[in-house]
Amino acid sequence: MRDYRNANEAVALAVRLARVEVVAAYPITPQTAIVEEIAGQIARGELDAEYIRVESEHSALAACYGAAVAGARVFTATSSQGLAYMYEMLHYASGSRVPVVMAVVNRGLAAPWTIWTDHQDSVSCRDTGWIQLYVETAQEALDTALQAYRIAEHGEVLTPVMVCLDGFVLSHTEEVVEIPRQEEVDSFLPPYRPAYYVDPERPAVFAPGMGPDLYPSYKRSQQLAMEKAREVIKAVDEEFGALFGRRYGGLAEPYRCEGAKAVLVTLGSVTSTAREVVDRLRQQGHAVGLLRLRALRPFPAQEIREILGGAEVVAVLDRNCSFGLEGAVCTEVKAALYGLARQPQVLGFIRGLGGQDISQADIEEIFQHALSFSPGRR
Amino acid sequence: MRIEELREEEFVCGSFACAGCGAILAVRLALKVLGPETVVVTTPSCLLGVTTFYPQLAFKVPCVNVPFPATAAAVSGLVAGLRRKGRENVRVLGIAGDGGTVDIGLQALSGALERGDRFIFLCYDNEAYMNTGGQRSGSTPLGASTATTPVGRGAKGEDRPKKDMLRIVAAHNIPYAASASIGYPADYIRKLEKAVKAGGPAYIQVLTPCPPGWGYRSDLTVHLARLAVQAGQWALAEYEEGAWRVKEVSNPRPVREYWALQKRFAHLLQESGGEG
Repeated sequence: MRDYRNANEAVALAVRLARVEVVAAYPITPQTAIVEEIAGQIARGELDAEYIRVESEHSALAACYGAAVAGARVFTATSSQGLAYMYEMLHYASGSRVPVVMAVVNRGLAAPWTIWTDHQDSVSCRDTGWIQLYVETAQEALDTALQAYRIAEHGEVLTPVMVCLDGFVLSHTEEVVEIPRQEEVDSFLPPYRPAYYVDPERPAVFAPGMGPDLYPSYKRSQQLAMEKAREVIKAVDEEFGALFGRRYGGLAEPYRCEGAKAVLVTLGSVTSTAREVVDRLRQQGHAVGLLRLRALRPFPAQEIREILGGAEVVAVLDRNCSFGLEGAVCTEVKAALYGLARQPQVLGFIRGLGGQDISQADIEEIFQHALSFSPGRR
Repeated sequence: MRIEELREEEFVCGSFACAGCGAILAVRLALKVLGPETVVVTTPSCLLGVTTFYPQLAFKVPCVNVPFPATAAAVSGLVAGLRRKGRENVRVLGIAGDGGTVDIGLQALSGALERGDRFIFLCYDNEAYMNTGGQRSGSTPLGASTATTPVGRGAKGEDRPKKDMLRIVAAHNIPYAASASIGYPADYIRKLEKAVKAGGPAYIQVLTPCPPGWGYRSDLTVHLARLAVQAGQWALAEYEEGAWRVKEVSNPRPVREYWALQKRFAHLLQESGGEG
């Protein structure tokens, strides 16, 4: 079935199709439509789930954590300040290896106060041990939320997932969305059957105290799970593609990178704008390409080396700033390219903070800047 | 249930609690009343530190540890998750100290109480942040010397009265709220039984003296837990179906008798020349 949906509605549809059992959420702009729509689905009898109307985001994730250790499939959604408020719970969820799926409707952080989109909120949480997937369209938001449960609940991953989508640009903008049928989703996503859950027959402790002798081994297991997640994200995307006919490139999605001298690296919805610019510049004879990072964690370092290794210049478009250095993605792309015999020049561009529009002209200017760097001038 | 009728089975054993720890006694009795079909939700606190430091599990029931402000929120999640999984027979017992209840845990607790979930919240009140070395909390009584309300020139210990948490909880109009003392175990057990049968949120705040935190000999824990009631420093109160009941003290004792046994109040007696 096809319908006009925005990304918030698309995520709520995914929650229904995933047969989520417990939802705990607190409203915040621009996430609100997700939690309203889920409440509506439950009220209309379309979704059989417990809905915990919590008094804060910290409690939203704590309640999801409690429900998850009871063995339920859980969901929450937030934005910006709400994500920041959850911060310590993020580590509890990932450290306890509970497969929470959370939609992060990206929004800038105060101060100055803003409700508009950038990636500062989720990028600031990249080291919390959560998988982070950034989507480009409402369709991808729906599809990625479904994929997220398969990834998070994979026995060798057991790591929570953030599905990150740009506030307003995606969350409040309708597009044609193909809505999968329930039977198809059921065949893709079986019920959650955790190996460990709260059971008085088998008393266990979740999140025990841990001394310096053992703590590092648990943190290492999280890192190994993230490494495992690389192949699981790709395999799940492939399987999804085989079933539904839509694929998103797994960890990273190149666009017209063949023979490209200058490649732009993006996250999220601005990618769609950049595709148009690449098409136009290609038409004009410029060897330009585009690489969208779908996963920020685990970071697609191998893909970056393979796809960008042949470029002369790489421009990284960051909708965040790691204050005191540069855009966070720029640093990471440089790190991924480090050690290559022939390293492209990497240029960082910070654009689109706090909802500042990124136009085709802006992206074209970035490409012109990148193309003006010839190898001889390095 | 009379004390002799309590089950023999222990659900807390092998803890690293201090000699004379009032909190571990409160938890031990609570689990004897609640029984094996229980899950404990608790936070970084004395209780976590002495019961669930890997590979130790001093509970014979499952235990879920959560961040300091989150006890009651995680309780809500467990109640919903267990219900969704058809295991609502498992009782959810949130346990936090006074700091984790009346200070940093207050917002989440208020939310959970207001939502009306069926759970029991046990606040073991030792009247300061004992796990971090005895700093004052909102539950510290007026005049008590703590690590952050020390006595000195111009400083006479805690300068604010103890937060009246029981009335705050009762204002949520929950089915059952009570204060208890481990010095009155029969009363405490009766209240735990009522909490189990409450059919909605139930709250018990139990006084649990702390030998290192209060500065007294470890064999005096139960004695002080009784004396606090007799000296009018702790009320045995109950809020049920909108009505209050407070146990009358039949053998009142002077407050100085209670103060005199504890280092945290020593300055009050010196100040009043022993006549307090």
